[in-house]
Amino acid sequence: MLDLLIYLVLHLIYALIVVVVLMSMCAYAVLAERKISSWIQNRVGPNRTQLPILAYIPVVGNMLQRIGFSQPMADGLKFLFKEDVMPGHVKKFYYVLAPCLSLITALVTCTVLPFGLYWAVDPVTNKLAEYPLMLANLDIGLIFILAISSLSVYGLVLAGWASNSKYPFLGGIRASAQLISYELAMGVSLLPVFLWASRPGETSGLNLYTIVQSQHGLWLIFWMPVSALIFLVSLFAETNRLPFDMAESETDLVGGFHTEYGSFKFGFFFIAEYAHMIVGSAVFVVLFLGGTNFLPLSALADPWPHNWIGSVMTIIWFLAKVIVFIFLFIWIRWTLPRFRYDQVMKLGWNILLPLAVANFLAYLVFFALFPNG
Amino acid sequence: MAKVLERKPLTFWERTYLPQILGGLKITFFNMFRRSETLEYPEQRPTIPPGYRGAPTLVKDPNGREKCVSCQLCEFVCPPKAIRITPGEIPFNAPYSHVEKAPKEFDINMLRCIYCGLCEEVCPEEAIWLQDIYSLTATSRKDLIHNKDKLYELGGTRPDTHQKWDKKLAAEKAHEEGGHH
Repeated sequence: MLDLLIYLVLHLIYALIVVVVLMSMCAYAVLAERKISSWIQNRVGPNRTQLPILAYIPVVGNMLQRIGFSQPMADGLKFLFKEDVMPGHVKKFYYVLAPCLSLITALVTCTVLPFGLYWAVDPVTNKLAEYPLMLANLDIGLIFILAISSLSVYGLVLAGWASNSKYPFLGGIRASAQLISYELAMGVSLLPVFLWASRPGETSGLNLYTIVQSQHGLWLIFWMPVSALIFLVSLFAETNRLPFDMAESETDLVGGFHTEYGSFKFGFFFIAEYAHMIVGSAVFVVLFLGGTNFLPLSALADPWPHNWIGSVMTIIWFLAKVIVFIFLFIWIRWTLPRFRYDQVMKLGWNILLPLAVANFLAYLVFFALFPNG
Repeated sequence: MAKVLERKPLTFWERTYLPQILGGLKITFFNMFRRSETLEYPEQRPTIPPGYRGAPTLVKDPNGREKCVSCQLCEFVCPPKAIRITPGEIPFNAPYSHVEKAPKEFDINMLRCIYCGLCEEVCPEEAIWLQDIYSLTATSRKDLIHNKDKLYELGGTRPDTHQKWDKKLAAEKAHEEGGHH
């Protein structure tokens, strides 16, 4: 009984640490977006907030101020302390439920991502074996991610519907149409990855850890580039980021589905968008960029020392790859103009879906002829 | 001479728009490393051009004489009626007694002032000037009603090209001593 309790408490702490890290990455992703967007636009981002304690450190304190290190804390406190208005004309239950749905689906998706490796003695073979650092080593990890990210549509749709008003309604409808369209392309473009991960000799093809392990050689982005490209475009559409920004900015002057939302609930949507972005980048890194593998050469895939230092290094390397991807999201947002609604639909149904299916057929033929790549 | 723009049909790669996207990404990437245009106030101040209409101030002569003679023309021309003057007399044993008038109280309510510059235009003594003070701060409304001392303190000294009163004094003296030839 006591072991069960200890087991539960330890796992709870583990989950808490992962959530805390993810949420602080979200907060700093907001700051990164503001700073990087301002550098791209020839201006300086937030550089004035300063914590009183940090102001006394001689050189570092000043640098932290110019980077805007304390800005996310200021933003978070602002969202917390502002007056949270519940307008009279909204449908109350769904109004409160919608931002929770957005954030919960983003956080749940990150439970199946392998963000590191640790080495422990395998009780069966009595040798040091590699295990993934994941919150839940699900065997259907990839389908789990696709399913839960489909649920995130409900957050937007409910927000648009519950705010009983024209602009959010239109924003919500467009968002739901866009998200549903791109889920198909996303799913079909991932089928070659499944095929590769469940080639003869591998145990399970949907577990994300085996997909990471199967990239000890060449990373999947190098020899499945079309798949990676389709997945990337669908990822932009799924997270409602520019150039597929219609849901929140198309009805531009007013703000789309989060028009009627005030301080803390708007903060939820805001954080949920960045959490989706981070988890989406992490999924892309795991699937196509090799997760925790060091370099795309089979000799250098695993240079980590097989102890806790190595674990820390794998986590840092994984996070570095994710951060590069977040930078890519931000970079593309501030480069490309927004697509029109009919262009988004045409791209999703007329171009990406046939391309994904053709890509899948090509890899089907390829794997039929060369089962081991 | 009309220039005919040749529109070539897009190649396969160009129709995917990927090369154009990459070109755009390259431009924004290199723009990140250029210097920013932001003026970081308050460490860097903007350059104030000459003739800038900031806060109105009263000025003194190079000799230290207060130039305002409380004619109240600025009070009457001020559109929001921000200026309130109580005229006074210069006693006849004071140094500049030939000027005869000086303001006893001179209040400009900066909460009303619209920085139009009409008071500067209308002043016959060139005593009120709008100088380059653009940021006024105070902790109460009373502190933003600039009284005479504050106005002279903000104003400083301006060189006087006309020397009107000295010339008048010299002309009177010459008249007393019988003609100017």
